[in-house]
Amino acid sequence: MTELRTSAEIGGMGHSVKRKEDPRFIRGRGNYVDDVVRPGMLYMAIVRSPFAHAKIKSINTEKALAHPGVAAVITGATLKEYNLHWMPTLMSDTQMVLPTDEVMYQAQEVAAVIATDRYSAADGVALVEVDYEPLEVVIDPFKALEPGAPLLRHDKEGQKDNLIFHWEAGDKAATEQAFRDADFTVKQDIYIPRIHVASIETCGIVAEFDAVEGQLTCWMTSQAPHAHRTVFALVAGHVGLSEEKIRIISPDIGGGFGGKVPIYPGYVIAIAATVVTGSPIKWIEDRRENLQADSFGRDYHMTAELAASKDGTLQALRIKTIADHGYTDAACNPSKWPAGMFSIATGSYDLKHAFCEVDGVYTNKPPGGIAYRCSFRVTEAVHAIERLVDIMADDLGMDPAELRLKNFIPPEAFPFKSVLGWEYDSGNYAGALKLAMEKIGYQDLLKEQKEKREKGELMGIGICSFTEVVGAGPSKDFDILGLKMFDSAEIRVHPTGKALVRIGVQTQGQGHETTFAQIVAEELGIPVDHIKVEHGDTDTAPYGLGTYASRSTPVAGAATAMASRKILDKARKIAAHLLEVSADDLEWEPGKFTVKGVPDKVSTIQEIAFAAYTNHPQGLEAGLEAISYYDPPNLTFPFGSYICVVDVDRGTGEVKIRRFMAVDDCGNIINPMIVEGQIHGGLTMGMAPALMEEISYDEEGNMRGGSFMEYLMPTAMETPSWETGKTTTPSPHHPLGAKGVGESATVGAPAAIVNAVVDALSHLGVRHLEIPITPEKVWRAIQESGN
Amino acid sequence: MIPGSFDYHSPSTVEEAVALLTSLGEDAKVLSGGQSLIPMMKLRLAEPAQLIDINGIAGLEYIREADGYLTIGALTREADLDKSELIQQKYPILHDTAHVIADPLVRNRATIGGNLAHGDPANDHPATMLAVRAEVVATGPNGARNIAIDDFFLGPLTTALAPNEILTEVRIPVPAQGSGGAYVKLERKVGDFAIAGVAAVVTLDGNGNCSAASIGLTNVGPTPIRAGAAEEALTGNALSTDAIAEAGRLAGEASQPTSDHRGSAEYKRAMVQELTIRALTKAKVRAEGGQ
Amino acid sequence: MAQQNITIKVNGTDQAAEIEQRLLLVHFIRENLALTGTHIGCDTTHCGACTLILDGKAVKSCTVFAVQADGKEVLTIEGMTTNGELHPLQEGFMEEHGLQCGFCTPGMIMSSYALLQENKNPTEAEIRWGISGNLCRCTGYVNIVKAVQYAAQKA
Repeated sequence: MTELRTSAEIGGMGHSVKRKEDPRFIRGRGNYVDDVVRPGMLYMAIVRSPFAHAKIKSINTEKALAHPGVAAVITGATLKEYNLHWMPTLMSDTQMVLPTDEVMYQAQEVAAVIATDRYSAADGVALVEVDYEPLEVVIDPFKALEPGAPLLRHDKEGQKDNLIFHWEAGDKAATEQAFRDADFTVKQDIYIPRIHVASIETCGIVAEFDAVEGQLTCWMTSQAPHAHRTVFALVAGHVGLSEEKIRIISPDIGGGFGGKVPIYPGYVIAIAATVVTGSPIKWIEDRRENLQADSFGRDYHMTAELAASKDGTLQALRIKTIADHGYTDAACNPSKWPAGMFSIATGSYDLKHAFCEVDGVYTNKPPGGIAYRCSFRVTEAVHAIERLVDIMADDLGMDPAELRLKNFIPPEAFPFKSVLGWEYDSGNYAGALKLAMEKIGYQDLLKEQKEKREKGELMGIGICSFTEVVGAGPSKDFDILGLKMFDSAEIRVHPTGKALVRIGVQTQGQGHETTFAQIVAEELGIPVDHIKVEHGDTDTAPYGLGTYASRSTPVAGAATAMASRKILDKARKIAAHLLEVSADDLEWEPGKFTVKGVPDKVSTIQEIAFAAYTNHPQGLEAGLEAISYYDPPNLTFPFGSYICVVDVDRGTGEVKIRRFMAVDDCGNIINPMIVEGQIHGGLTMGMAPALMEEISYDEEGNMRGGSFMEYLMPTAMETPSWETGKTTTPSPHHPLGAKGVGESATVGAPAAIVNAVVDALSHLGVRHLEIPITPEKVWRAIQESGN
Repeated sequence: MIPGSFDYHSPSTVEEAVALLTSLGEDAKVLSGGQSLIPMMKLRLAEPAQLIDINGIAGLEYIREADGYLTIGALTREADLDKSELIQQKYPILHDTAHVIADPLVRNRATIGGNLAHGDPANDHPATMLAVRAEVVATGPNGARNIAIDDFFLGPLTTALAPNEILTEVRIPVPAQGSGGAYVKLERKVGDFAIAGVAAVVTLDGNGNCSAASIGLTNVGPTPIRAGAAEEALTGNALSTDAIAEAGRLAGEASQPTSDHRGSAEYKRAMVQELTIRALTKAKVRAEGGQ
Repeated sequence: MAQQNITIKVNGTDQAAEIEQRLLLVHFIRENLALTGTHIGCDTTHCGACTLILDGKAVKSCTVFAVQADGKEVLTIEGMTTNGELHPLQEGFMEEHGLQCGFCTPGMIMSSYALLQENKNPTEAEIRWGISGNLCRCTGYVNIVKAVQYAAQKA
């Protein structure tokens, strides 16, 4: 979008409106879950398994119960009495809330101590005695699939092995033929390690049950409060919890990134505890619990292949993947998509043939898979194709930019049907790459690199031209536990022309209170300062599936626009009544209707709002309110081209990102300031796993490190000063032409960084490096090259 | 994460603290900056029943030169070392070291005494103290005694301090004419413990030859390590590129790294070699009057 | 459970309480005084969400016992606003979009405050160094740097 339709005072789309949520945060007046205090509240702390796989022989709670301040200890046996010791995952698998006889991963919940304060609760945890008998541990997903591997999910009827699912997309035979016929093929094993969102706020809940009213209220770190409410109602209906009496409040959330989508056992135990004790219960994870037990991202073992003809035309893609899901499938993908949107793997290229397959595997690790700002496995897909393109360019002796430009889906081909079944809505891939090259001075960098190589210095330039797929999603294909992935907005315009907007998604930092107000400002011309956005309270917000996978703007944003338009339709009738003309004779511009050809006959949205309550036309209902449940016709496909420049220290292997240019295209932009902030943050969460973060396990299933000492999150020192640019290719089917942006940068950054580091070493014969690219990996690659 | 219960003592003199340590015995632990101890207590890796907080003792925070020594009070905060003009100008190796310990907030609490008395070979000061040939003052029931740094580190988290002694001062000889030192640390991210670190001091004679050299290594063995063979090889010779490279090789050989999440033993040893070369090169420049 | 009486001057007001000796300063501030702007993020002295000013120095309050602050002065994010007037840093974070989820923000502001007390006009590199004990997962730090620069220029 090039032109602003509204004034700065109205602050519609395209204005960098300062955030409405900031005044409370900068004063320390946010209200996060751990800030919630209820009268008579007790604290809960969790006893966790030191073993990755063990039989529980006994749990002795006597000493803990004798400790001053300890009120109760809850075990699997307690929950079993209420048949609450198991729960469904959001992928329709099953998960223990508390075990009765076996633990399946290190740090699994074993018992919960309830006490008068958090210090006594922690003391109580240390006093619970659990007798374990260690069992054989399955950590390597490849070994888990071997015949004779211990069957981990013997609790599941009909489960004969450790395979969770096999999923595939594309035409296998045609793809194989294309590979046989190709002039060039490249093949690369790529492992994307397990990582953790590590939002600075950990997860937690304050659960309060009013036994008289049968009312359960939960303040919890939830990215999907409505879905969580429904799950609680389904899981605990048999003990008397009824959905109209369950209220989930997701207050201020200190970062989500997917880590607050799953339902963790701790939440359910706290709810059981408030029902059992009659007191409000607070449970806040510590960081060790958060890193060791909560949902992770990635853990994808891919074998990826690309075929091309002599002239550099890319022809076919093939990827085989082993996905380590841990002890249960709790990945939170849409139901029909156990491997998420992985089949976006043909990326930005016009490939004629592709086949990809994923085997999901059980191991003795915590469950999860997609929690890390990844748009349902898009990061893995982008990493594979963008690495392969670079390897192919190296083999063909072509510049990686040239190879990309030659093979991009051209702008005129949109809407483009990909060979793996997606309909890309819009794109101009060459436009983004060319802009990135121009902004960073690509040709000069190539020259500099050549000069540096002659001096023995290592400098690399890496490109990633990614295509995202977000905005899940159309109800025919997308649901979670059967709940269709529409989203919603409700708008009430008050008599004085101010508005209240309630949305089915909620913010964990994305700035919804500001951007959703801007959508209404754009549509109705009500100044953004006079629009209040509420979210996250299931008693007041309309039903929605929550904020993750960059779906807020594509789905709930669209719902907000559609609800606004319903209001506008009614406003037009009221305006016609006020101005005594036919509705057809009115022209709208944000904020007012004017009678065609009579510029001084005007009815403002404020006058219309007042009339809706004081002077509404006969035959029309009073009031000015609307609600919309938006079922998107398609997903949206943001894209971008990133160029990274690195310098490598030959002696130590250290990699320094010197420059990073990110050109993004997320369609029409609601708030440029916020979009840029999302990109900065996303790039940092792309850099982190590329260079630093990783969760690994030893053979006994012990997680290596459970603190920020070992889980290496970037500080301001490691993070470069990101540079950004944009092109604008609106989505043709989204009412605002917007596409979503939250995860683009995390999806696109890692491959650009890896490509840059490999490029720095490519003349030494290095073709690939696995992430995280530690100094030692680089040093070793240099040593092995013999240079 | 919640620490276990303890009784808290806040003595106001060294004598009082030593008396408490003596009377409370093994249950007692000294709390200095607390930036290692308190996290360990929260993880319940340390559960002292008696905590003796020495932060209330006046007169243990100072940086001064006297009688041919730089003396630093044990409670001197890393931030104060980092920002001291005297240190920056005359003891740049100490500034190098304090500057890269943890982060600014931790440096505001963490003390040089705690960094040494903890006996952790991953800490940064120990290698530097080996390089500057420091001594530490231990105060116990019978008064103070000086311990040469080479006799101080006995094993992982074990020092020559008696259970009822407190490290009260660090003493560093004023650098000889023509000497320079540097500390170089390789870390996974800012503020992390070192993958490897090397502290080096060289003294040049009138002809530009190396008349003395000392090298300490961080986090590549059960204790901080002095690279003695490298020191000997340098002493009496010109600090040529070749001589420095050879010293690097010898320092690598002197290291005793083990493989862990910071890197393989092979990599760490290679890094000791590389960092020794870098530290010596920088030390030489400083000895020649450069930065 | 050894108890002790302490008095800490918090944001200019003396706060006296009888507390358990092992109580961490951050819990005293958050729970005894209900000043919940100071947050807990990592428990192991890495993230800086609990940063406040103790006798003029920025420290991580999850790694200080409340008894150690007895008789001392504490400044928290709640004390940064004077007579309703925002501190230039608070203004800077809002103007430059230096925050998203807001959870690290109080700690970031307190660390930046300490930095600007010592260095009125820091370079970008000095700002990055000054906030290197504070983790932010949302912003990528670029706009935090700008927020501190904004405050430095304004002051």
